[in-house]
Amino acid sequence: MLAILFWEEDMRFKTFLLGGCSALMLASMANAETITIATVNNGDMIRMQKLADDFTTKNPDIQLNWVTLEENVLRERVTTDIATKGGQYDVMTIGTYEVPIWAKQQWLLPLDNLGADYDVADIIPAIAGGLSVDGKLYAAPFYGESSFVMYRKDLMEKAGLTMPDAPTWEFIGEAARKMTDRANDINGICLRGKAGWGENMAFLTAMSNSFGARWFDEEWKPQFDQPEWKNTLETYVKLMNDAGPQGASSNGFNENLALFQQGKCGMWIDATVAASFVSNPKDSTVADKVGYALAPDNGLGKRGNWLWAWSLAIPAGTQKADAAQKFVSWATDKAYLDLVASKEGWANVPPGTRTSLYENAEYQKAAPFAKMTLDSINSADPTKPTVKPVPYVGVQFVAIPEFQGLGTTVGQLFSAALAGQMSVDDALKQAQDAATSTMQEGGYIQ
Amino acid sequence: MATKHSSSLARFMIAPAVLLLLVWMIVPLSMTLWFSFQQYNPLNPIRDGFIGFSNYLLFFNNPAFIASIINTLAIVVSVLLITVIGGIFLALLLDQPMWGQGIVRILVISPFFVMPPVAALVWKNMIMHPGYGVFADIARFFGFQPIDWFAQYPLFSIILIVAWQWLPFATLILLTSLQSLDSEQREAAEMDGAGFVNRFIYLTLPHLARAITVVVLIQTIFLLAVYAEILVTTNGGPGYASTNLPFLVYQKALLEYKIGQASAGGIIAVILANIVAFFVMRAVGKNLDR
Amino acid sequence: MARKISNRHKTVATIAAWLVAFLIFFPILYTIITSFKSETEAIAGFNLIPSWTLESYSEVQSQYNYFKPFMNSVIISIGSTILALIVAVPAAWAMAFTPTKRTKDVLMWMLSTKMMPAVAVLFPIYLIFRDLGLLDSRVGITVMLMLINLPIVIWMLYTYFREIPVEILEAARMDGAGLWQEIWHVLTPMAVPGIASTMLLNIILAWNEAFWTIRLTTTNAAPLTAFISAFSSPQGLFWAKLSAASTLAIAPILIMGWFSQRQLVRGLTFGAVK
Repeated sequence: MLAILFWEEDMRFKTFLLGGCSALMLASMANAETITIATVNNGDMIRMQKLADDFTTKNPDIQLNWVTLEENVLRERVTTDIATKGGQYDVMTIGTYEVPIWAKQQWLLPLDNLGADYDVADIIPAIAGGLSVDGKLYAAPFYGESSFVMYRKDLMEKAGLTMPDAPTWEFIGEAARKMTDRANDINGICLRGKAGWGENMAFLTAMSNSFGARWFDEEWKPQFDQPEWKNTLETYVKLMNDAGPQGASSNGFNENLALFQQGKCGMWIDATVAASFVSNPKDSTVADKVGYALAPDNGLGKRGNWLWAWSLAIPAGTQKADAAQKFVSWATDKAYLDLVASKEGWANVPPGTRTSLYENAEYQKAAPFAKMTLDSINSADPTKPTVKPVPYVGVQFVAIPEFQGLGTTVGQLFSAALAGQMSVDDALKQAQDAATSTMQEGGYIQ
Repeated sequence: MATKHSSSLARFMIAPAVLLLLVWMIVPLSMTLWFSFQQYNPLNPIRDGFIGFSNYLLFFNNPAFIASIINTLAIVVSVLLITVIGGIFLALLLDQPMWGQGIVRILVISPFFVMPPVAALVWKNMIMHPGYGVFADIARFFGFQPIDWFAQYPLFSIILIVAWQWLPFATLILLTSLQSLDSEQREAAEMDGAGFVNRFIYLTLPHLARAITVVVLIQTIFLLAVYAEILVTTNGGPGYASTNLPFLVYQKALLEYKIGQASAGGIIAVILANIVAFFVMRAVGKNLDR
Repeated sequence: MARKISNRHKTVATIAAWLVAFLIFFPILYTIITSFKSETEAIAGFNLIPSWTLESYSEVQSQYNYFKPFMNSVIISIGSTILALIVAVPAAWAMAFTPTKRTKDVLMWMLSTKMMPAVAVLFPIYLIFRDLGLLDSRVGITVMLMLINLPIVIWMLYTYFREIPVEILEAARMDGAGLWQEIWHVLTPMAVPGIASTMLLNIILAWNEAFWTIRLTTTNAAPLTAFISAFSSPQGLFWAKLSAASTLAIAPILIMGWFSQRQLVRGLTFGAVK
């Protein structure tokens, strides 16, 4: 006979059902305040979870409840919860995309109570700019990244070329075609092709910035009918057809990482965090042959790199704001970096958030790509992302609520163009139509 | 008197189930219906309000709409065909005397126990991945270029995964039905000199009709709602090549947060499901009453 | 068995069946094998012999305590099944033994309640759950799963009960048996196999439900579907870890299914067997 006792910690529902021979009880913690933290399942966040004992020993009156989810499910869950004021979380991990939108809706608490010794000035300015609205910080960066070029020094040499620190798209195109060696399964360049606003559109939007393109003009009119976008997409599709891997239209970060680690890519433009994977001899067959360079430009003053930071924010509805702020302060302050370094080594410190980290000689030694990462981050400006003026914030995205959906729709079209199912012109035309109707629906334009 | 007594008792016994399902149907359905006439975007609430049939028009005019209807039907029909035909074949095979029948049966039904997201993850990464998947390893072994399944044959890949999940269910029901076939009848047919093919067409297949009906009915309900497999593998792409109706509704609801349009899509999906159910009942429903 | 079966026939059937069974089972087998590989092995190409390391399992465990979602899955799937049976058994019994003209229509209507795509009603349901304080509660998700699977449960029981000959009931009535005696002594023994397999099928469906269980739970009520979501698509290639988490998520239900497959099959006919 199966018998179940339901024991709900929620006071409104202490329900007893079908009592019987066996019972399961989860003791509710007495008196301690429990905060629920939603995190994404990347390595740095998981490490934080393991090191959280340090926080609970310092704050014995606070218990931590972790929710770890993959990126898309996490975004879906926290967005649903905050939009309906469900109140399930006290600390949320969100990106640079959400922060400006949610802060504007007054869904987030400004972080003005992080403690007297919390060093706000040390946060890398480009990142802080992306997380602030009207000068107030609404989320504390836990981990930041930009994108840059990773390339194979040996193949570059074989092609008779030298990678400059700041290459142009012209050079990248030439090098990619020269490095391509189909007979030996070597592709000159690997780029994202999988549809999604955070997948191919992150790369393509950043790339389009360096081509002088923009999503919208100052009046929120979509710009896919402009020559800059056509130039961007044509260059991308042609480059990938000439020098990209087979089936590139379904490649995201992981797929390209796999290809590069196996030595099948001459160059790869992607997140700076990839550097620690491709240079790790445990996983990578090309660990000792990787060089780094800034993302390419076209001489227009903007480079094709993005800026992203996974950050901790506190929803306005929480009852436990003080405990939550204490936690955010612990997880994002300088002392946390030292804690990780002492327990797991400097190579495992979450990168991209604090200037002081990049001045640390030990870190520079442990992470040879440190300088290039910092330079990349600094060369992106979320408040002025494009050559021509725009009404929006965000480098590889547009910080409006409609962008997730629109970006993914456009991403699918561009992915289809890459796969050869659609011409570049058709993809751009349909993208323009989709963007126009979305903006009309949202009331941005008539 | 007895019948009157028992019929009122019967009503009393059915009532809880009917009431529960009635509430469960009416509350979400009416809320969805209501939302389908509203502009409701929780992320951008400024323009919320009644907008008549605009959500339906926007949903119909979505370039992905037609594709999603076709893909929905393609998934339902292909998976039904694969699982019914494959299921009959498997049931006939498992009905033969053999060594280790119990273990074979356990192995064959196992995919049914795997939760959809895990099934999709396993197929995506372990089996069909163009770099590391088993299919790619096999292709390379024979000297072919590995196929990138989810980019080149997205809908086929989805169908393959879903069919793998439902094949055991079909096989089990068909096998149970097959085993209930009177062995005397079978032997009589054999004595008459009916060959395997004739026996199959005139004896086995009619006997299986009811089981096939059940498989088609139950699976149709679940196949119309396939969505986790798409989300994990192709994300509906490339283009709209593997977007079905539930996935399109998902995009509206949880990517664009256009709850009004998602609700309109939900209503359309219910209508489509009822049309499909009507045809399925017309086609195979009479088998149930025999 | 009257028929004489040649050994050759049996051998051919055995080989063919084992081959097909192996192919069907292979994705699961390969996942289990991969879970015992190291991460480097996992992406090193086709290999059926792992190094039997438990590294991935210990990493998965250290990242997410398996016990809690496991217990939640058990509670939620068994709880929702029992609730569904309490409601469904009387309903199906009545429909099977005192059918009216409308019984078929009621059944079809019940099935049709399953046709609303879950995602279209997420927001309404989330709002209702919030107002009732049911978010992240085991009671809430249990009731939800009960409602979702109720139509299938009723239908399955109905088709099973309908096979029970009415004459037996009438005979019992003639003997002057009261209603409860009728149910207890006559019907129950005949209905048990059908109820058992309905229960098993419903536990499987509830265990594997992956939409509401992820959306309506946070930590306290989160079952194994949420557990899996903590390991899918991370940044980087962690297939051994993903395989270990997958194995952990499906193992309990797989083992239950293996041990109870006879009972499951007996009632899984939906009246398809006459």
